[in-house]
Amino acid sequence: MRLLTHNMLSSNIKGVINGFPLRIEVEKVVEKPVDFNPDFLKNMFSKIEWKPLVDASRTMGYAELPEEADASMLDSHDFLQRFHHALLELHLEEGALFCPETNRRFPVNKGIPNMLLHEDEV
Amino acid sequence: MTSRPELQAPPEIFYNDAEARKYTSSSRIIEIQAKITDRALELLALPDDGVPRLLLDIGCGSGLSGETLSEHGHQWIGLDISQSMLNVALERETDGDLLLGDMGQGLGIRPGVVDGAISISAVQWLCNADKSSHNPRLRLKAFFESLYKCLARGARAVLQVYPENVHQRELILGFAMRAGFAGGVVVDYPHSARSRKEYLVLTCGPPSISATVPKGKDGDYESCSDDDIAEDDENQTVRMAAPRKRQKITKRGKGREWVLKKKEQMRRKGNIVPPDSKYTARKRKARF
Repeated sequence: MRLLTHNMLSSNIKGVINGFPLRIEVEKVVEKPVDFNPDFLKNMFSKIEWKPLVDASRTMGYAELPEEADASMLDSHDFLQRFHHALLELHLEEGALFCPETNRRFPVNKGIPNMLLHEDEV
Repeated sequence: MTSRPELQAPPEIFYNDAEARKYTSSSRIIEIQAKITDRALELLALPDDGVPRLLLDIGCGSGLSGETLSEHGHQWIGLDISQSMLNVALERETDGDLLLGDMGQGLGIRPGVVDGAISISAVQWLCNADKSSHNPRLRLKAFFESLYKCLARGARAVLQVYPENVHQRELILGFAMRAGFAGGVVVDYPHSARSRKEYLVLTCGPPSISATVPKGKDGDYESCSDDDIAEDDENQTVRMAAPRKRQKITKRGKGREWVLKKKEQMRRKGNIVPPDSKYTARKRKARF
C-alpha cells in the first residue's frame, strides 16, 4: 500500500465521525520505483492532506518532506521529487492500520490492507 | 447449474484460488475485460489533457481492468472482497494499490478525492443477500452514498453491470439516484444476448449539460460476441430522472391527492388497496 492510498483511506466503522488519518504500524517497508510525473503530482497536491502525509512518511522512515507545504512549492523540482517518492514509491508491505477513534486494527498483509468490517461494525 | 456466478456462492467464496486462477488465465476473459474497461474509460470522459488521474476500481479482482487503466497512465486504487483474486493481482504485479474490502459496507475513502470510478461486472453482487446480516437495500445504499461522497464534484462513475432482471436494474438505479447521482444507463449492442453490455454512467453533482448520457454502441459486434442475432436498430439509452425533491409536509398532512396517488401506485403494483371513498384521507375529529 502506498501513502497515496493511505492518504485517501478513512475508517468506515459505524459511529466513527472522523476516521482519518489511520495510524500506521510498520513491520516492513519496501520501495518500488515509479515513473516520475509532475502533472499528476500537481493535480493531486490539492487533494492531499499534507500533515498526515508527512507523519505517515516519517513513520515509514522517510523524513525529507517539509513540515508545511503550499502550492507555490510545486515549481521546485527538488520538492516534487521528494513528494513523488513519499507518495508513490514507499510501500507498506507488512504492518497494520489503526482507526484513530476506536483503535480497531486493520492488518496489512503483502501490501493489501484488510478493510473488511465485522457485522456489528457496519 | 445456473450460469450466473451470483447465484452460486458469495463472491469471496465463489472466487476461490482455483476460480481466480481460471478467470485470469483465460485469454478470452482477459480480452473482454480489457474491452469493457476501455469502453468504461471512454464513458468516464476524463478531460483529454494527458494528466494522469486517480481512479477507483471497485471489484478490481485480479487487476485485469486495472491494467488497462495503467496503460492509459492513470493511478488507481482497487477494491475487492476476494483474497484469492487479490493474490492473483499481486502475482501479476499490477501498478495500482489493492484493498481487501466489501463495497456493501461503504468504501471508506475520504470525501471528494477521487477523479473517477469504474466497476466491471461487480455491482450486481450487491443485490444478493449472502449472509443473514445482509440487506441488499442497505448495502446498495451504503455503497452509492460512500461512492458519491468520495468522488470529486463533477466526476463520473461508470459501472458495468449484469442485472439479472428489470427489478435488479431498477433497484440499482434507484439507489444511485437517491444517493444524488445524475445520469443513466448506456446499453451497448442491445440486440445481442451475449455482447450486450450495460453501463451505469453516473455523474456526481447536480444534473448539467455535462451530465447528458452518451450513446450506446451498436452495429458491428466486436469479437466478444459469438452469436448471430445481428439487427441494426436504434441505440438504447435509458434516462434517469433528476433526484426527486423532498415532499413538503404541511400541518394538515400530505393531503388527499397524495394519498390517492400512493393508492394508485400500490394498485399498479398489484397490491390489495381499499377502494377510494369520501372517507379517504379525511381528517378525524379532534376528539376521537
